[in-house]
Amino acid sequence: MTTQEALFQYILRIGDTNLILGQRLSEWTGHGPFLEEDLALTNITLDITGAAKSFLEYAAKVEDKGRSEDDLAFLRNDRQFFNAQITELPNGDYARTIARQVLVDCFDYYFYQELSKSNDETLAGIAQKSLKEVTYHLRHTSAWLERFGDGTEESHNKVQLALNELWQYTNELFEMNEVDELLIKEGIAVDLNLVKTKWEKHISELVEKSTLTIPQNVFMQTGSRKGIHTEHLAFILAEMQALPRIYPDAKW
Amino acid sequence: MENISFEDVFEGKLAKNEMIEPKDWMPENYRKHLIRQISQHAHSEIIGMLPEGNWITRAPSLRAKVVLLAKVQDEGGHGLYLYTAAETLGVSRDELLNNLHTGKAKYSSIFNYPTLTWADIGAVGWLVDGAAIMNQVMLQRSSYGPYSRAMVRICKEESFHQRQGYEIMTHLAFGTKDQKEMAQDALNRWWYPTMMMFGPPDSESPNSENAMKWRIKRETNDQLRQRFVDQTVKQVEYLGLIVPDENLKWNEAKNGYDFTEPNWVEFKNIISGNGPCNKERLAARNKAHDDGKWVREAAQAFAKKRSEIYAAA
Amino acid sequence: MSDNQGPVWEVFLQKKAGQPFVHCGSLHAFDKEMALENARDLYTRRGEGCSIWVVPSNAIVASSPEDFGPFFEPSNDKVYRHPTFYQIPDAIGHM
Repeated sequence: MTTQEALFQYILRIGDTNLILGQRLSEWTGHGPFLEEDLALTNITLDITGAAKSFLEYAAKVEDKGRSEDDLAFLRNDRQFFNAQITELPNGDYARTIARQVLVDCFDYYFYQELSKSNDETLAGIAQKSLKEVTYHLRHTSAWLERFGDGTEESHNKVQLALNELWQYTNELFEMNEVDELLIKEGIAVDLNLVKTKWEKHISELVEKSTLTIPQNVFMQTGSRKGIHTEHLAFILAEMQALPRIYPDAKW
Repeated sequence: MENISFEDVFEGKLAKNEMIEPKDWMPENYRKHLIRQISQHAHSEIIGMLPEGNWITRAPSLRAKVVLLAKVQDEGGHGLYLYTAAETLGVSRDELLNNLHTGKAKYSSIFNYPTLTWADIGAVGWLVDGAAIMNQVMLQRSSYGPYSRAMVRICKEESFHQRQGYEIMTHLAFGTKDQKEMAQDALNRWWYPTMMMFGPPDSESPNSENAMKWRIKRETNDQLRQRFVDQTVKQVEYLGLIVPDENLKWNEAKNGYDFTEPNWVEFKNIISGNGPCNKERLAARNKAHDDGKWVREAAQAFAKKRSEIYAAA
Repeated sequence: MSDNQGPVWEVFLQKKAGQPFVHCGSLHAFDKEMALENARDLYTRRGEGCSIWVVPSNAIVASSPEDFGPFFEPSNDKVYRHPTFYQIPDAIGHM
């Protein structure tokens, strides 16, 4: 594997994670629990989809085969997607959406902190911009986790259940393979062990503050680094990619 | 001064083009008319999120996706500005929402039509927002301060909506054969419903007279409709599309187009709940509201607990 | 506990550092943090501000239209509060 191939893979992983998460979150627009929060979550969705666009643009450039960010988003098959599985899970109720978002926001927060120091200037640049956005997302979603955890019995139970069911997808975020190994040597990629330590501390404090508990002895799911996904991804793509695939010659 | 009644002060302000503010005395009819008009407008924005939101997950490019998200979000924002303006008249958001959810309140008939293809997203932005903007520009100068201020903010934000709609139409109209057909089909389906947005003909518009007197409305339904047709025809021609009206003809004498009126029987039916999507739209709003109940209750309970903690500290 | 949309808050925005805070609208929120975040998400989507105040609506005390005469008209004839009331010799120039 060349550095270029590794870099392409690496950026796809980040870009796809943002793309699929943005796609899921966008299902909420117009259907939020109340108007103010509908707009607030849509702001997060916009940031995340914007980040996906920036990363995929750069991936296309690194690949250098004449593909655009839209080609990457709309014309790849599910086995060629490298987003973390947690992003493709159905939104569920608002507790589940918030719980997933906290877990991913917190990951992104520490991940982008490290990535903004990358030797790759483009990656560092996108990471710096995204870090500001994610800092706000984490603040917003953490506040909701606390409201749910320490709100009513119903909200407490819903958000605890969400954490219990989502936890099995968290380890995937920190998995490293030969792509990471190669790029860490070049000073381009982030050592995810470092991110994991900070993430674990942050999440455990937040969960405790929210009067919730972290599930123990959970068997962790894996696969996305190899393009293996849950059953949900193919449906997401069928919907998202429909128009460009039905009208392959069209420009939009 | 002593002999001047509240009514005289109110009429005097209207005559001098001054604004009426929430704490000013106002006739009960004026208050009622405003609550009805502003809340209908707010409901229209909120319901309006649904037909366009329908295509967010299927937007054909990343750019189109963020643009559509931002646009639907703006509509939510506009609904919100308008609800808060209505609330200054002494009605709560809860009451207003309840009127919407139970079907008691009305909203713009246009949002009961389905968005069937991506071209409909273009047509809605171009035609529906275009028509809405004509109404809204006039309302920036309405006599009620909070309403007028909300409309100023809304008009500033709306300015990109119509342009993005027309941009989608140009991509389609100058794209492949399939795309052009999609564009013409959307125009065919949205032309008459858009003309209905200005309301029934002046001769049958029950609320217009007071609204004009109170400066809550400043042009009649028919005037606005005529202006809309006159300005839209050349935009249709530029796209190489055809206005679906064989009676459309330039009338030199009135310096405007003659055109076929929309089907007012259909309009009345849609207003009274018989449109293709009335039930879906209300069901979607009710579901979001019902699903959100425990979220709002949790936030309320949490706030209560925390203010108790603050008080004890 | 009855379901509702939460209390109303008034939002004041500072456009640029150093400028006064100006009222820009209202919103609903259940607590202070939510009010602040909602204000950011609703009223600064196009970079309209650099700092926000949120105030519960019911904490605002407002004058009434009837107060207009007694409150504000008495200040109309206090011309000596304005600089143009005073004559400065031309030789001194701008002061």
